[in-house]
Amino acid sequence: MSAAWSLEGLVVRHGGRLALDGAGFTVSAGQMVGVLGPNGSGKTTLLRGGLGLVRREAGAAALSGRPVESIPATERARLVGYLPQERRVSWNLGSLDIVALGAPDLPPAVARDIAADCLHRVGLGGFEERGVLEMSGGERARVLLARLLATRAPLLVADEPAAGLDPDAQLLTLELLRAEAARGAAVVITLHDLSLAARFCDRLVVLSQGRVAADGPPAEALSPGILHSVFGLDGALVEAGGETVLAARRAVQRPAPGR
Amino acid sequence: MTRRRGLVLLAVLLLAAVVVAVLVGETPLRAADYLTALTRPGSAPGEILWTIRAPRAAMAALIGAALGLSGAALQGLLRNPLADPGVLGVSASAGLGAGLAIALGLAAIPGAIEASALVGALVAGALVVALAARFREPETLILLGVSISAFAGALSSLVYNLSPSPVTTAEVLSWMLGSVANRGWPDLLTTAIPAALGAALVAWSARGLTMLTLGEETAALSGLPMARLRAAAVGGAALLAGASVAAAGIIGFVGLAAPHLVRRFSGDDPGKTLLPSALAGAVLLVLADLAARVIPTEQELKLGVVTALFGAPLFALVAWRAARSWRS
Repeated sequence: MSAAWSLEGLVVRHGGRLALDGAGFTVSAGQMVGVLGPNGSGKTTLLRGGLGLVRREAGAAALSGRPVESIPATERARLVGYLPQERRVSWNLGSLDIVALGAPDLPPAVARDIAADCLHRVGLGGFEERGVLEMSGGERARVLLARLLATRAPLLVADEPAAGLDPDAQLLTLELLRAEAARGAAVVITLHDLSLAARFCDRLVVLSQGRVAADGPPAEALSPGILHSVFGLDGALVEAGGETVLAARRAVQRPAPGR
Repeated sequence: MTRRRGLVLLAVLLLAAVVVAVLVGETPLRAADYLTALTRPGSAPGEILWTIRAPRAAMAALIGAALGLSGAALQGLLRNPLADPGVLGVSASAGLGAGLAIALGLAAIPGAIEASALVGALVAGALVVALAARFREPETLILLGVSISAFAGALSSLVYNLSPSPVTTAEVLSWMLGSVANRGWPDLLTTAIPAALGAALVAWSARGLTMLTLGEETAALSGLPMARLRAAAVGGAALLAGASVAAAGIIGFVGLAAPHLVRRFSGDDPGKTLLPSALAGAVLLVLADLAARVIPTEQELKLGVVTALFGAPLFALVAWRAARSWRS
């Protein structure tokens, strides 16, 4: 069976700067993959390049074995749901209306039923009519997560879904995405919290300066060597209270700057 | 107030405004005259009502609807509550077309100014559609629109500058101030055709405008044919703006204010503000034209002057109230 999403040797340039320098990874159905890396390492660009949202200079991106650019818009939407990092909503629509936009191909009544269910799952049952611009940032983030769930796509890509959320909402977000993977979806997320990444993801892809520095199970991808060279941390993943957490401090000897 | 009730209210208001605009005018008529007009359209009162006032009121309603719809579409597309039909430079280009026709002495040919203005609008509209396909960010599109507007304005100034006759400038200026006076039924038809095409394009793009609420990237992966929907929204808005400027000169504030007036009951969803904005624009312009006709001034007030005079303070009030609700 072909991978839900496979990216190979992506090269993307932002202005003169090389944002991606031959990065790639694959994700299969039922897997949750975390894309990690310091700020500016190319996480968002990798997702956007792999979805055909930015122009690639080289490399291949395929959804279910088919080149991304060759898939018609309607069909592509059936294959992938995307939650961008930018959480700006331009107009004050009701939260149910926003979530229903995740399923524009369905009859409105069906889409609204699905939307109500997704809102309930993110803990916003009873907030259907609330305008998204009247909500707190955290509530709005959950509404947008619900919209992602409403796409019911076999590949869910979420850029920083846990950023700016309180601990409870972070865990809820990752648990919901984990549940989607358990139901057979391929899930790809970016995040900065290495502990959460190690805890929730089957596999981690670590980016450094536009290249893949490590790709493997959490313990392997976040080895002390990678923690030091990519993140500038001295430490390791340890077991505490039945959960994997990161115990680390800023490295005294900084890794040599790459550029 | 629900959206449905708001739509019904606007429709009733529009009907009432048109009826009043047909019944009231400079020439005082008695009850008996109205009866004559109804029974014998060819009579003098009949002529006043059916060939002078009625087409004028209908034209005001059509232009107002076109401006309201164009403004609502552009505010949705550009995700900017300050967008109006002039923002993409279509109005200024239509003005340039009209100015050129007048300077070249074509004013005597019936329909020449209007046709030239429409050509100006279509050229600018085509340019804007091409630019919108290339540049997705609303900010870029707005800046390019401002450039087109400024350049068309500069070319218009050049026309006046090089024109040997001072009368040209006065004529162009007078045309630009906007008016629906002395319009007949045939004029209505030539405006209605491009406006209807523009309205159809904008109506088709409504789903895309709603989806754009979530930003370009989400919309691009939403499954909607966004490239075509965006082109339809830009092209439709340009056609509507162009048709109205060609028919009635530059009339400000209606396209800006109408969407703001209706959001209170129609909600913020850009796809759902389209129809109410068109109706509100029509009501506003019929009333503005009525004011232009009945306010006793030596020279009849120009429509663009009336909408700006009443529209600017009204719009400030709307903006103030909106800002207050944002703060709370």
